[in-house]
Order: sequence, then C-alpha cells, then structure tokens
Amino acid sequence: MSKEPLLIIEDLHAGIEGQEILKGVNLTVNRGEIHAMMGPNGSGKSTLAYVVAGHPNYEVHAGRVTYKGENVLELGPDERAQLGLFLAFQYPTAIPGVTMANFLRVAANSVRQARSEAGQDVEVFTPREFRRTLRERMAQLNIDESIATRYLNDGFSGGEKKRAEILQMAMIEPEMCIMDETDSGLDIDALRTVSDGVNKLFTEQMGMLLITHYQRMLNYISPTFVHVMMDGRIVRSGGPEVAAELEEKGYDWLKDQVTAGAA
Amino acid sequence: MSTTDPTKRELRFEPAQEVDVSDYQFGFRDEEDYFFKSEKGLTEEVVRRISEMKDEPEWMLDFRLKALEYFNRRPMPDWGADLSGIDFDDIYYYIRPSEQQGKTWDDIPAYIKETFDKLGIPEAEKKYLAGVGAQYESEVVYHSLREDLEEMGVVFLDMDSGLREYPELVKQYFGTIIPANDNKFAALNSAVWSGGSFVYIPEGVRVDVPLQAYFRINAENMGQFERTLIICEPGSYVHYVEGCTAPIYDTNSLHSAVVEIVVKDDARCRYTTIQNWSQNVYNLVTKRAAAYRNATMEWVDGNLGSKVTMKYPAVMLMEPGARGEVLSVAFAKDGMHQDAGSKMTHVAPNTSSQIISKSISKGLGRSSYRGLVKINKGAKGSRSNVVCDALLIDEESRTDTYPYMEIEEDDVSIGHEATVSKVADEQLFYLQSRGISEEEAMSMIVNGFIEPITKELPLEYAVELNRLIQLEMEGSVG
Repeated sequence: MSKEPLLIIEDLHAGIEGQEILKGVNLTVNRGEIHAMMGPNGSGKSTLAYVVAGHPNYEVHAGRVTYKGENVLELGPDERAQLGLFLAFQYPTAIPGVTMANFLRVAANSVRQARSEAGQDVEVFTPREFRRTLRERMAQLNIDESIATRYLNDGFSGGEKKRAEILQMAMIEPEMCIMDETDSGLDIDALRTVSDGVNKLFTEQMGMLLITHYQRMLNYISPTFVHVMMDGRIVRSGGPEVAAELEEKGYDWLKDQVTAGAA
Repeated sequence: MSTTDPTKRELRFEPAQEVDVSDYQFGFRDEEDYFFKSEKGLTEEVVRRISEMKDEPEWMLDFRLKALEYFNRRPMPDWGADLSGIDFDDIYYYIRPSEQQGKTWDDIPAYIKETFDKLGIPEAEKKYLAGVGAQYESEVVYHSLREDLEEMGVVFLDMDSGLREYPELVKQYFGTIIPANDNKFAALNSAVWSGGSFVYIPEGVRVDVPLQAYFRINAENMGQFERTLIICEPGSYVHYVEGCTAPIYDTNSLHSAVVEIVVKDDARCRYTTIQNWSQNVYNLVTKRAAAYRNATMEWVDGNLGSKVTMKYPAVMLMEPGARGEVLSVAFAKDGMHQDAGSKMTHVAPNTSSQIISKSISKGLGRSSYRGLVKINKGAKGSRSNVVCDALLIDEESRTDTYPYMEIEEDDVSIGHEATVSKVADEQLFYLQSRGISEEEAMSMIVNGFIEPITKELPLEYAVELNRLIQLEMEGSVG
C-alpha cells in the first residue's frame, strides 16, 4: 500500500516580528509515521509547531503547508484544529474559571460538529456520551478523575499540564499531532506516563511530529524518522540511528559538520 | 398638571434609527395604552398626585414632599460617572399602565402579559420561583406568592399594597435604613417612589427557593422609581432576585430605586440583581442593609446593561457577628460606564465583610470599582477583605479602581487586592487550537473570569448570566 501523505511542508519561510526563523523547511508526514524533530534551542522547532498550528503572531514569508490536500496557511487555528491538526503545547496556558470538563466538551464538540458537517460519520457528544468517554479516556491514560473539575491548567504542575495535553488529544481525536517538547520539565515517571499515553493513542491512521531537544523521549516512543533542525533548516534526516548518533556526539558535532558542508 | 385624558398623549413610535438594536434582545417595545400617564417634569403637584392616586396616609405624603425639598436642594453628584445627559424636566415620573393589579397572568392587559412572556417570567415562575412580582412602568401589574409560604406568614407584596396592608410595619422601617436625604437620587426616589416589593419573612422561616421581582420600563423618557423594603426576622432566610430590561430609545430614561433591608439576629438575606437595562437608561440606585447579631447580608450584583450605572450596595454591620458580602460583576461595552462597588460599615466589634468585584470592559466601555470599607472606632476584631479584578477585552477599554478605607480602629484585619488583566493572545490561541472559534474562546475566557460569582448563583441564573455574556461577546472579534 502506498503511503498517504497527511502533512506536507514545502520550502517554508516564517518568523516573528520581522525576523526570519524558518529558512526553508521541507517535510512530509504520512499516515502511520512518527517523525522526531530534534535540534538545539533556538533552531526553530517550536516556531515550526506554531506556524503549522496557526499562531497569529507568526508571519509566513514563503512556502506552503498542506494538510490532507488543503492549504492550511489560509485557515484560522480553530479551522485547522477542526480538520484534525493538534498541537500539544510546550507551555499550556491557564484559563481560570473554565473547568477541564467544560472545556473538553466544547473543544471535542467543536471538532466533531465540523467533521459531521464535512460529511464524516461523527456526531457531537451528548452530555452522557461525553461523560462516559471522558471517564474511559482518563482511565486509559491513568489520569486522576479529579482533573475534570479543576480549572484548565490553572495551578497544574508541569507533569499535570502535559498529561492534560494528552487527555485533550484523546478527547479531540486528531489525525495529525505535533508534540512540542512534551518531554520538557517531566521527571522520569511522568515522562513514562505521558509516553505511554501517546503510544496508546497513536494509530496507523495518524501522523505525528515529535519535537524534542533530548533523545530520552525516543526511548519510549519509537520514531519512524528523525530530523535535525539547525538555524531554521532541516540539516539531517534519517532513521532512529540519527538520534542515537546525536546522543553520543552532541549537537556541536553536527553543527561543525553542517558548517563544513556549507563552506 | 392635567388630570384629563390620562392615556393617549404625546405618543411617538418612530423607530430609534440611530441606535443599533441588533445585539440587545430585550429592546422590543409595546404600544402604550395606559390608564394614567403624568406630564413630563417633576413638581410638587406631581408628587401630590402620585400620593393621591395611591390613597396614601398623610405621613407618606409628608415624607414625599420633604424628600422633594431635599432633592431640589442637593447638587448633582460630580464625583462619579458623567450624569450630564439627565434632564429632569424631560422625564415622566409616574405611569400607571392598568387600573388594577393582576392575581393571575390572565388578569393583566394582554400586551403586557406578552412582554413578560417574552422575558420568560411566567415560565420561570412555574419552574423555580416561590413568588413573582412584575413591575411595568410605575406599577406592579402582577404579583404571586406560593400558598404554603403565605400560610407560614411570609409577605411578598408590591410596596404600595404593603403600605396599605401593613401600615405599621412599613412606617416603622420605611426610610430608616436609607433616609430620604441620603443622596440626591435617594431623595428623588423618596419623593416619587412607586412599586417595588415589600417582603416580610417571619422568625425562623426559611424560604427555600427565590422570590423574584422583574422590572420593565416600556415608555420613552420614563423614570422608574421602585422602592423595596425587606424585613428578615430572627433566624429567617430569603433569596430575593430582581431582573431589569427596557426597550432601546435614542432618548434617556432614568431608573432610580431604593432598596432597604433589615436582617435581624441570625437571619440571612441574599439579594441578587441581574440588571440588563437598554443602553439609554441611567441606573442610579441606592441599596443598603442593616445586619444585626450574627446576621448575614449578601448582595450579588450583576450589571450588564444601562448607559450609566452608579450602584454601591451597602451593609451596615450593627452588632457583633454580623457579616456583609458583595459579589459584583460589571460588564461595560461601547458607550457604557459601570461605576459599581460597595460600602461596608463596621459599626460593632467582631463583624466581617467581603467584597469581590469583577469587571469587564469591552471596546470603549468603562468600568470603575468604587468601594468604601469603614471601620468605626470600637469595632475591634473586625475583618474585611476586598478583591477587585478587572478584565480588559480591547486595547482602548478602560477600568479604574477607587478603593477607599476609613479605619478608625487598630485591632482589625484588612485585606485588599486588585488586578487588571487583558485577555491574552496566548489564551485565545490555546483555545482556538482546540477547534474553538475565536468568539466562543473569548466568551469562555470572560465567563471563566466571572466564575467565582456565577457559581454562587442558582443554576438558572448562572446559565442566564453566561448566556448574556456570550451574547455580549458576539461580534466582538474579527
């Protein structure tokens, strides 16, 4: 069976406040693939995540981002999410006064409503279905039920925030997930729980872009491909061995190579 | 003034074209078909005529006339919102829509019933209210109270009937919590008051579901001056709720109520307002309660509408153990100034007060928190806590805070915090990235902001408040 592309990024140039950060990124994620995007701090990994998700503060200077054949750069972040794109934030934002359960219901139903209108065989959750599904997902992901009545990310520990992101992913059921440094700030136990969650939720119908600074999350989630980003470009792509190589030799080694290659 | 044909005079029904009615769903108006409508303007004659039509005792007429003097003597308050748009000569001070009050909804004129139907009052009455009073212009046109409560001695009447049926009680308390000379608008109300509620809860009686009063202005240039007196005998409990709306006109109307509440030992009274006046109404209201030993008075004050609101629900903490609370939400959008807050006076030792104020300013809207905590000499061991949070939706929105403290006693505990925040782009993006539209994200954030107050409301009102906020936020982004 030939691979079906989900997300295609072509020659993407983008930045913020007039400064170009992405300087020509090319990447294709097919269904069933997990792509790890590694790179030193400031190389443009998170910018890539924000630009694909549609953060209004970022400007696209050139290039295309196509998701399921549609040019998403013309869509708002909500419309992209409704098409099945999902960004797990590195720093999830707190929304005081809005309970997790209420938020999840509105979010999941916004996406389900859009899918239903697009002719997919999905309907919005009835309150009862929603509660049942939420309870199932929390159990599946080993997340304490008390999170449902707490205010969204308000007073959450670092680990709780990341778990909450995974719970959102489970309830919204996206097809293309971008995980932005989901491993940052997690101790080893939390890292394991979060990685387990991602593995449980990932299916062959989905694609994933796993942005990480360290190799350690890749001990739990096996990537199909590993890319290294430096100074706004992907400078190396390969299989899992790239991550191992980086772990062993560090980014400086690669930086030297890239500089040498460019010279 | 003229006493001839009282009804069909100066009727104008041109649509108010300059006013955008699209986002105010209560802006519809009825054709006037009134039993009596006074001339515009305030004179001694008008005051005498009101008292005469109500067949009041002499002391009430004296009270009114004295109040009129106070009103004429007092200057316009200049320390708060801009009141220069009020023209006292261009207002109708008294309109009686029908000759008699209805005991059932079928007793009242069909067009008025229709209005209250549209506002959902009869339906709410069936579902979750213990009693309902519905005021239209100057008079309460409908009144009801659950039978079992009536049998327990609970009184819930319009103020005029209260005065007729319980003259001694009314005389004992009327104007004692808020004297006629308290401020210019209390004086005005005292001179021309009509309608409002008289509530009496006997000792030990707990009214388990809310009593609701609904105030509707229909005529253009209308002045509505209802007067409410609530007496909670020892150990009793009542939750009184009021709602207010009006049609949209391009001229100004005035709503100036006085609400006096007596909460005796160990009693508790909660008074909830969801004010959603149209944007041509000056809403200048004086509300004050006296709380006695171990009594609790709670004001829940939601200000969503009006052109200008100045309202500072107050509690006088008269005896040890008394507690006063104010939860206040104000929403100011383009052309609106919500100047709201509270006044807490600690008269006795070991009294406590809490003020939580949440304001939202959108577009060119302006909201102000204005509050006074006063602790008298000798009120030792008193505690007060004030929290005021302001949320700004747009760059040009405005908020101000005027927290006054007059502390004459050392042995007290006072807390005050104030925050101003703007809806953060990051919050909007986060919610949008979950498939939620920008508009819905915005109302989610705003409703979250006032959640500490909505969670204190009975479910039906919380839902209504959230819905109103959502309506207000529609079309706010783009």
